[in-house]
Order: sequence, then structure tokens, then C-alpha cells
Amino acid sequence: MDIYVCTICGYEYDPAKGDPDSGIKPGTKFEDLPDDWACPVCGASKDAFEKQ
Amino acid sequence: MQATKIIDGFHLVGAIDWNSRDFHGYTLSPMGTTYNAYLVEDEKTTLFDTVKAEYKGELLCGIASVIDPKKIDYLVIQHLELDHAGALPALIEACQPEKIFTSSLGQKAMESHFHYKDWPVQVVKHGETLSLGKRTVTFYETRMLHWPDSMVSWFADEKVLISNDIFGQNIAASERFSDQIPIHTMERAMREYYANIVNPYAPQTLKAIETLVAAGVAPEYICPDHGVIFRGADQCAFAVQKYVEFAEQKPTNKVVIFYDTMWHSTEKMARVLAECFREEGCTVKLMWCKACHHSQIMSEISDAGAVVVGCPTHNNGILPYVAGTLQYIKGLRPQNKIGGAFGSFGWSGESTKVLAEWLTGMGFDMPATPVKVKNVPTHADYEQLKAMAQAIAKALKARL
Repeated sequence: MDIYVCTICGYEYDPAKGDPDSGIKPGTKFEDLPDDWACPVCGASKDAFEKQ
Repeated sequence: MQATKIIDGFHLVGAIDWNSRDFHGYTLSPMGTTYNAYLVEDEKTTLFDTVKAEYKGELLCGIASVIDPKKIDYLVIQHLELDHAGALPALIEACQPEKIFTSSLGQKAMESHFHYKDWPVQVVKHGETLSLGKRTVTFYETRMLHWPDSMVSWFADEKVLISNDIFGQNIAASERFSDQIPIHTMERAMREYYANIVNPYAPQTLKAIETLVAAGVAPEYICPDHGVIFRGADQCAFAVQKYVEFAEQKPTNKVVIFYDTMWHSTEKMARVLAECFREEGCTVKLMWCKACHHSQIMSEISDAGAVVVGCPTHNNGILPYVAGTLQYIKGLRPQNKIGGAFGSFGWSGESTKVLAEWLTGMGFDMPATPVKVKNVPTHADYEQLKAMAQAIAKALKARL
């Protein structure tokens, strides 16, 4: 599973860890994140992310 | 320091830092700066932001010139950077506030800065309103302007925008309003602040302004946390228009040449290039990295159309002042620039290649082959520099 990086603040979304603070379970692929998911560090939307 | 009344019930409190020259350790503040906090008297008297920790006494004195600090009910913390939140623990102790309002990302930043246990923190959402009694304030998140936690506070009835670092300027002055400062001084200070602090977030700047305008934010007072207050609708419109201009970064016919040199060869090339660009009708700024701080170079680049960098080859690479300046500029993500590279060398000559990699890595277009010269330049080399200047000036004019 690919890691995605926020182009605004540099946060790395690691599917192995998920984003539990936003209710995203470990093992969730970036592609499967809901459309309204936002970067937990800077609030950028999904389209601001690039594959590492 | 005595409070300064803005309008009935609104007071500027905080501190003037007359001696600040190296703002946050990376950008020059030649005119000093201020740390502004704002006191709003109402049924729930509220303080917006604080100051750098060492100025907590001056902040409390300013508050006490209006009201007993213990009568403050609410604190609003718009940004956790320590020039604004540094005095927060002291203020909480002095005021014993009923509530502390901040954004969701502000709460996270507050926890990791102050490791508090029992502060009465309450998160406010984007667009949420809060009644202070007679007055109502609306909060808007302005994420990445210039930290994730950043937010602003809008009093729609009074048309007062407390804008945190947005529209800030590093100006220490006894005058506290923009209409008391020459407009070119305002513009320069705004540009220096924006270019060196906010520029990486130009898309967010344009989006935030669009969001605020759509929400009906049309201020008659813009109260930033650094510098002077914009007073009057015209002054506020000027501030907003400047921010749009800074963020759009449209090309101009200005060329910034910055360089370092060992035995004056690269310096000679730089001076020749400056003359060539002048002949092409460009405005030129020639800046030696050892005479000009990297933040001064960035301020000049912010309204330039082209950036031409010179450096001799040193140990198969480039000199440290040039490398440091390039690293600094890259982080600030300037847009819509044309690049150029030149330099002298003794035997291996890698510097122009390294410079070109830096510039293309920043997304700059490179219309001319870099010019490199062995040891000392000749008139034939100057012809090459002239051709490079002509190619860059032509590409620049095509963009205007």
C-alpha cells in the first residue's frame, strides 16, 4: 500500500497506520479515504496529496 | 504600555519591540516589530491573542489601563506561535478566564506547546459565531496562513477584522494606524513580511480572501498582530488588494541577479549582466550574497520576473552563501519566474550545472544556456553574457 504526502505541509498518510483521530482505521488505502477527508495537520483536501 | 482605543470598546494592547532586527531568526525586520493583542469590552470581556512571553508585563499594564485583567472572561487564541501565545500561561494565571477559544488545530498546537492539564479550552469551528453580549464575533479558519492553526475573528456589525498574522508588517512606530504611515513604507513592510513568511501559501491566501469576501467580510478596520492597524475602508481595501497581488506573483520586467565571488570573476560577469539587462529595458537589482541578507534578496525576488544566479565552482559545487540563499528561496516557493545561471571556474566547472538544477527544481523556466568562464572573463565571454541577457529579456517580455 502506497504512502501519500501532503504537498502543503509534508504530512505522510501511511495506510498501515490510518488516521485514527479522524476515524480512519489502520489498513485503509489512500484511495479508499472518504472524499471529505482532510489532512490532519493542515486541513488540505485529498487532491493536495501526491504518491511518495 | 497604555492601550490605544480603536473604536468604542475595542483597544489595541500589546508591546512594541523597537529592537527586533532578526525576526524569528530568519528574516530581517529593519524597522522593528510589534506584538499586538486586542481587548474587546462587553458582557464577556475578551482578549484576542497575547504577546511574546518577555512582554507579558507590558501586555498586562496595557489591559490594566482599560480594565482590571481579572475581569477578562474569554481569551481567543488565533495562532500558537510564541510571539503571540508566549504570554498565554501568564495571562491565564492573571485573568483566570472562563473560557479559551481556539481552532481545532489550535487546540492540538496548544497541547504540544504548553502541555496543560486543566485549561478551559473550547474549540470553535470555521464560521461559528460567539456572542460577547452586545457584540457578536464570527471565527474563520485560515489554515496555513501561515500555520495550520491560524484563524481570524470578524465583528460584522463593527466591521472589525482581527486578522492575526495576515496583513502583518514589521513596523515599530509610535503611530498605530496605517493612515499615519507613508503608503510606500506600508507597501514595502507588507511585501517583506508576505514574501518571507506567507509566500509558500499563496494558493491558500487567494482561497482565504475569496472565502472571507464571500462571507461578507468587508472591514473598516483590519487589526493584525504585527505592525499598525488599517483604518478606514480604503486602507483595508488597499491591504487586501496588495495581498492578492503578492499571492498572484504576476511577472514584471524586473530581474534580480544575486551572486557570490572569490577572485572577482563572477562579480565581473554579474556587473556585465546587469548592464546588459539594463540595455534590454529591464529593471535590475544586483545583490551580492555577502552584502545582502537572504530575506532582502527574497523580498526583491517577490516582484521580479527573472532570477539570475552567479557562483564560481568551489570544491565541485557552489559556495555556501549562494547555497543557503537558494535553499531559503526554494522553501518560499516563488512562482512564475524565469531563471538563469553563470559563474567562473578554475578546473572542473560544476557550479552552473548545480545552479541550473536548483532553479529548474523550483519550477523556473531556463530559456538560455548557463554561461561559464574559465578563470577570468574576456570580451568574448561578455558577448555570451549579453546573448543570455537578451534571451532571458525576450522570454520575460513575452510573459508581460
